[in-house]
Amino acid sequence: MHSQSFKSPFIPNTSEDRASMLAEVGAQSIDELFEDIPSEYRHPELGLPEPLSEMEVIKKMNSLAIKNLHAGNYLNFLGAGAYQHFCPSVVPFLVTRGEFLTSYTPYQPEVSQGTLQGTYEFQSLTAELFGMEVSNAGMYDGATSLAEAALMACRVTKRNQITVLDTVNQRYIDTIRAYAMPQALEVNLVSAENLDLNADTSCLISQYPNFYGCIEEMQTLSDLAHSRGALFVMSCDPIALAMFKTPGDFGADIATGEGQALGVPLSFGGPYVGIFTCRKDYLRQMPGRISGKTTDSNGKTGYVLTLQPREQHIRRENATSNICTSTALIALWATVYSSLMGKHGLRRVADLCYQKSHYAASEIAKLPGYSLVNDRTFFQEFVVSCPKDFETTNYGLEKAGILGGYDVSDKYHNGMLICVTEVATKTDIDHLVETLGAISQNG
Amino acid sequence: MDEAPILHENALNRRRLLMERSRPGRTGVALPDSDVPPQLNPEASMLRQDLDLPEVTEGEVVRYFTHLSQLNFSIDTHFYPLGSCTMKYNPRLNETIAANPGFSMSHPAQPAHQIQGALEVIHTLQSFLSKVSGLPGVSLSPLAGAQGELSGVLTLRAALNDRGQGHRKKMLIPDTAHGTNPASAAMAGFDVISIGSGPDGNIDLDSIRAEANSDLAGVMFTQPTTLGLFDKKAIEMCEIVHQAGGLVYGDGANMNALLGRVKLGHLGFDVVHMNLHKTFSTPHGGGGPGAGPICVTEELSKFLPGPIATTNELTKLYELTMPEKTIGRSGAFQGNFGVLVRAFTYISLLGNQGMLDISGNAVLNANYLLAKLRDLYELPYDRKVMHEVVFSAKKRLGASALDISKRLLDYGFHAPTMYFPLVVAEALMIEPTETESKETLDAFIEVLHQIDLEAAQDSSFLHEAPYNTPLSRLNEAKAARNPELRWNKAN
Repeated sequence: MHSQSFKSPFIPNTSEDRASMLAEVGAQSIDELFEDIPSEYRHPELGLPEPLSEMEVIKKMNSLAIKNLHAGNYLNFLGAGAYQHFCPSVVPFLVTRGEFLTSYTPYQPEVSQGTLQGTYEFQSLTAELFGMEVSNAGMYDGATSLAEAALMACRVTKRNQITVLDTVNQRYIDTIRAYAMPQALEVNLVSAENLDLNADTSCLISQYPNFYGCIEEMQTLSDLAHSRGALFVMSCDPIALAMFKTPGDFGADIATGEGQALGVPLSFGGPYVGIFTCRKDYLRQMPGRISGKTTDSNGKTGYVLTLQPREQHIRRENATSNICTSTALIALWATVYSSLMGKHGLRRVADLCYQKSHYAASEIAKLPGYSLVNDRTFFQEFVVSCPKDFETTNYGLEKAGILGGYDVSDKYHNGMLICVTEVATKTDIDHLVETLGAISQNG
Repeated sequence: MDEAPILHENALNRRRLLMERSRPGRTGVALPDSDVPPQLNPEASMLRQDLDLPEVTEGEVVRYFTHLSQLNFSIDTHFYPLGSCTMKYNPRLNETIAANPGFSMSHPAQPAHQIQGALEVIHTLQSFLSKVSGLPGVSLSPLAGAQGELSGVLTLRAALNDRGQGHRKKMLIPDTAHGTNPASAAMAGFDVISIGSGPDGNIDLDSIRAEANSDLAGVMFTQPTTLGLFDKKAIEMCEIVHQAGGLVYGDGANMNALLGRVKLGHLGFDVVHMNLHKTFSTPHGGGGPGAGPICVTEELSKFLPGPIATTNELTKLYELTMPEKTIGRSGAFQGNFGVLVRAFTYISLLGNQGMLDISGNAVLNANYLLAKLRDLYELPYDRKVMHEVVFSAKKRLGASALDISKRLLDYGFHAPTMYFPLVVAEALMIEPTETESKETLDAFIEVLHQIDLEAAQDSSFLHEAPYNTPLSRLNEAKAARNPELRWNKAN
């Protein structure tokens, strides 16, 4: 049984309150309020643990947190879709203000202008960064954003085949398959060297930089897709877009991305925010929430959720998607981060990632037994073919206080995908290089 | 209405967009120079031309976003009885725990042996939710409630395929369901058939029987319903659907009412999703992030979306695995871990007894509102309710549900959910939650009576409400007619 002293710090009703309220309701007890539930099913043994005090919970959770090796106490060279970037201290202070944290979807715009204007800023930022005409308010993550782009391309073109380059993140390809399968849409995996698009191809999906860090010939791919009447879809790293040509420059029709890179904590995989941008022509096929500018009855500028007749709460089974959330708080995080970084800061971050990763790659390439597997331009990630197998190499790095790269030995011999962002100093990189050198020499 | 015009102008200026505040030469962050030997830059032809982002200082950013936040109603600042959304107090302990670097700085692609603490959180939360639902299989990977629904019906689809029943396409959905139900069913490739309710608000079993044949895939059913009612006919409904060879999906959006009171798995549901941001008090964040775990029967467990946390027989370590015949990935990684940690913390703090206190007080508060407001509004189904009560404002001639909702904002209360469920005309759907006091509920009741008096005196006054909010009624038609969806130089 529960401890007699337990009292929830979140429930204000006293026993006196309960007694007077029950009298108003016309019930003898709270249990009586549940009498619609047939007695044989009512009040089963719940089976959860007994309550703890806040002090005890903190202790328990700390004991779990401390079991993790993490990017706070290890040098981190792991990317592969989630990136450690520096985030200014002020960001969490603003984003976790209770007025943002504990509000909900802005159904009443008169008292939700903070969320709505923040969303409009997010849309402005992502559209500019991606060089695209319009952006929505945010999706779950980069993978689901791309999967929804594939479904949207099928709706726009009325074709049922989705063609994905084999240099796209495998986890994203798996997510696309999970979304496409129930609608009987075909997913084809192809290599850029051997592209075959046909009259059923709704879209060609690419990643920029690709999963292995490289910048591919996007204009060629875009032209090819368009020559077959297919849409060109790009999944992009937003930091790379502060430096490299944008999806808009290549004529992309839909461009998505993982917003986590915009200073959002790694947090073991979520919550993140999916970026979703497209051509204005396709706006009415777009999934998700959108904030739009308007005026109030006194002529003052304000913002509302708009173009809602695409959405599930209006169109039900005919909606463009079932999505409700815009992952608003993480979109806000990315917005505040980007506003601080601004025009020059974001580009500086991209430059630092580029410079440091190229330094790391060139130093590793000098080590006996190590080689770079690609000679294309890369941004912040590159594949190294190692003399030892992945597990041995990664374990050696861990022993030296380093979280090593991502295992790509399925594609490249003893391949490790290494990510270097602006958070790594030259000393950190030199430690990585020395450790790799030592691993190759040890038995 | 009590603000001087000059202050309004000021308020408008304070809402200048970031790009309107931008001045060349300002910056909001100090970044280091590169400390590595200069590397060869990429060819100029590969680089973007311009990046038109704001140039503002940190102080300006703080003042701007602080001001924006103050334009919001939130649980922290206002009573927020938005029906079906469970806007309860969000404990800050959850935030502190989620921000622990051991959780917030763990990389999602690290090998299992490096992240045993995070995997133990996932593994234990799976078992907590299994206890709450009475269903053995759990996946925490769905990233929001709607994705939980989609994953749930895809799991159901996979089980039917596995039984050689892939031809079953018909999904029955009550007309009271959230819009996400039919939208998710359509995304999962089902044909949606809408089912009505009887005069008592319960599901019409004859309509279910009429569709219970060899084409029937299943039913998507919300328990308690969006009318705030516990529908005991759902038990018989499950039997009818099972006998016809179909499966039953339970929408657990309203689980706050049922914690410790009944387990949906015991009633015959095969799949149930939960909204951690509702029932387990993770912050709603202005519209996400959420998390939409699903719980399933033994038979359906092998089809769950992944990855899920399991223990390795050999090494005894926790690891992430995909179920044997999984419907696939919900997203890039293993769910919204930061949300999962918060829910885990909340359940750990409150435990068995806390769960019963939640459902008991949530249901008491809703019934108290029913008792005190039943003379004011029409009650379409005159029964005890669960976590929320749905009234119809239609007998208040001259004041619509919209008018009442907008006027509530003037008095410092967030509006209820309006015009939903669709089967109730002029619906006002009120969910007080367990974290509101009797004093707050009494003030809310008093204000609704006051608004009623205002309507009786001059209903046109309500048509123009709200008056005291940062902006008055917004022109939604204008926003849709000529969409302006981002800042640009021209506007």
